[in-house]
Amino acid sequence: MQKRIFTWLSLLTFIFTAFVQLNEKALPPLEKLSDYGFFEGKIADQKPVKGVVPYTLNTPLFTDYAEKLRFVKLPEGQKAVYSETEVLDFPVGTTIIKTFYYPLDFRKPEKGRQIIETRLLIHEKAGWKALVYVWNDEQTDALLDVAGSIKEVKYTYLDGKKKKHLYGIPNLNQCKGCHNRNEIMSPIGPSARQLSGQLQQEALTYSPASFAGYDPAENQLNAWSKSGILEGLPGKLPVAVVWNNAATGSVEQRAKMWLDINCAHCHRPEGPASTSGLNLSIHNEDPVTYGISKTPVASGRGSGNLMHDIVPGKPSESILIYRMESTDPGVMMPEVGRKTVHVEGVALVKEWILGLK
Amino acid sequence: MKRVALLSVLLFCSGLAMAQADIQKKLQTQLIMAEDGSVIEVDEGNFSILASLSMEGKKNITIVGKGMDKTILSFKGQVDGAEGLRISNAENIVIKDLTIQDSKGDCIKTMNVKNITFQNVKTEWTGKPKASNGSYGLYPVKCEGVMIDGCVAIGASDAGIYVGQSKKIVVKNSKAINNVAGIEIENSLDAEVYDNEAYGNTGGILVFDLPDLVLKKGGRVKVYNNNVHDNNYINFAPKGNIVGKVPQGTGMLILATSDVEIFNNKITDNISIGVGVISYFMTESPIKDKEYDPYPSNIFIHDNAFQRKPGRATMKGRFGKMMRFKMKMGKDVPAVFWDGIVQKDSGDKVICLKGNQNGTFVNMDAANNFKNMSRDTTPHECTMKSL
Repeated sequence: MQKRIFTWLSLLTFIFTAFVQLNEKALPPLEKLSDYGFFEGKIADQKPVKGVVPYTLNTPLFTDYAEKLRFVKLPEGQKAVYSETEVLDFPVGTTIIKTFYYPLDFRKPEKGRQIIETRLLIHEKAGWKALVYVWNDEQTDALLDVAGSIKEVKYTYLDGKKKKHLYGIPNLNQCKGCHNRNEIMSPIGPSARQLSGQLQQEALTYSPASFAGYDPAENQLNAWSKSGILEGLPGKLPVAVVWNNAATGSVEQRAKMWLDINCAHCHRPEGPASTSGLNLSIHNEDPVTYGISKTPVASGRGSGNLMHDIVPGKPSESILIYRMESTDPGVMMPEVGRKTVHVEGVALVKEWILGLK
Repeated sequence: MKRVALLSVLLFCSGLAMAQADIQKKLQTQLIMAEDGSVIEVDEGNFSILASLSMEGKKNITIVGKGMDKTILSFKGQVDGAEGLRISNAENIVIKDLTIQDSKGDCIKTMNVKNITFQNVKTEWTGKPKASNGSYGLYPVKCEGVMIDGCVAIGASDAGIYVGQSKKIVVKNSKAINNVAGIEIENSLDAEVYDNEAYGNTGGILVFDLPDLVLKKGGRVKVYNNNVHDNNYINFAPKGNIVGKVPQGTGMLILATSDVEIFNNKITDNISIGVGVISYFMTESPIKDKEYDPYPSNIFIHDNAFQRKPGRATMKGRFGKMMRFKMKMGKDVPAVFWDGIVQKDSGDKVICLKGNQNGTFVNMDAANNFKNMSRDTTPHECTMKSL
């Protein structure tokens, strides 16, 4: 009798442990993007289902002129928590979805587009996890790809010129090359300063009524708060600095915002480029660690025979500009996600440096 | 017939290229999917890799080739990423028996790794050493527990073996050839550098503490039983880099570091400096980091064998100018140079010399325009506690 109870007990313990483990263990990644059910209708139309919220950033990261569609899906009934300086605090169960594409002709988006990849950041109990799904040529679905690859992309740009260049789809380690704060995977984009503003045009073409009570005419932060997916919103919203809109801020503000989103995920004390001593976070107020007259540390030929990161008044003598203008993998910054030069971004940062005394 | 042959050559080539891309993808996938305790084996052969390989967040992994010079990963055509191999946020990692060549940036960078071992690994930029070579061959940074054993580093435009902002380090049985700096320990604590050979570099072995970094203070570095000779290669570092200031013909150089013991080394035929001990002021760069200590201290140089053929030091760079116009030593170049710059009111002893063969010396008195330059070793004949 006793023996039987013991057997039952151990069996129960086994089942219980197995159950707990099952619950705690992260789900294996799904094979196809369509398996997640984020979109309805033709998946290439990227029309989100109810509960998948489109959003746009004021000053996005440059990725070889790729256009991006961004969505976030929070677990039902839960809210993100507002943060003044960092990315909003999204609850476990959140997925951030980002689709990269090229319009065939940037001047005429209605001509169609080629979707390259969709990246997911999934917030699991153990932390954020990154996954990359690469779209097939037929644009009917995207498949999980862990090892990354390099593709050629072609399009006609805003100036009417035909462009053709390589595009790097990151491997999973490269994701963490940027999404890394003290070696912990974390999102980069959706901070209050980046979200504070209306949904921009490209996202408006997608059903903004994809979840109840969302008003696309409102500042995204207000819209999120009103529709119950954001808490802790202060009365006064952060100023929205849009890098290429002079009405939104001074040259300095816009240049620093651009450097923040393009560089500071690595170049900050908690980031992978902390070894350089350069901190391009928008919150860094120390001129030397921001690069002004700072000597390089381990830049090697990335220095381009120049002596300082930023030389006030002299963009052409600033290592920062030299590396932004390069496409040599051993010189250029950022190190990944770029095969072309962001001409407009470089022009803005140059203008700022030129005006420095 | 000719056309058929050409076609088959073309087909063969494209097949080869395909196979190479497959190897890159396979290796990268293995590095991502590796489970705790895995051994990743890399076949014998010369493989062209076009993008950085990386591993992240792993424990207890061995990456092993079939032997240095047998398994060669060449990054000559690299289009993506700067490093050859990058390992970060990991624990107990061993890389052995392979060669990494011609990456656009550093050959192997490991960051935030606890216990990283490089064994029989070669990093090399082929061809004549040039400024367009990548910066570092072996580059552990912010690591704790670094073992570099039996490695070879050739042609880096900064340092062949470079340990930065790390703790508990051993560099032994290794060779550094034709780099700007052969072996460099920078802003690092508790390092032992022994049984190595450094030759044909601009500077053989460097121990540096630099400002504006997260790990501010290095020190407790032992450098012994090394053979440091003929480090007379012209400095080919791109400007802007601190190693660009290392004089051609330097055996060893200690910059602003504390607690360094240099003993039982053979330091031969480095035309400018056998061992140099200098403060950061000698770099002539402004110091803006308030927490930074620019002075070296507790440098114990003993029982080394210095030898050099008579002849002038380099005429190049700032050091060359100092030699020609200020110190005017001609062909009588001493083994040990000290800039003589001391922190006021500091009780720290900077330098002790003991039992060196041909251990000639100069206190440059650089702070006073070399006015009271002195070659008298007597004030520095003393002993310090071994580390």
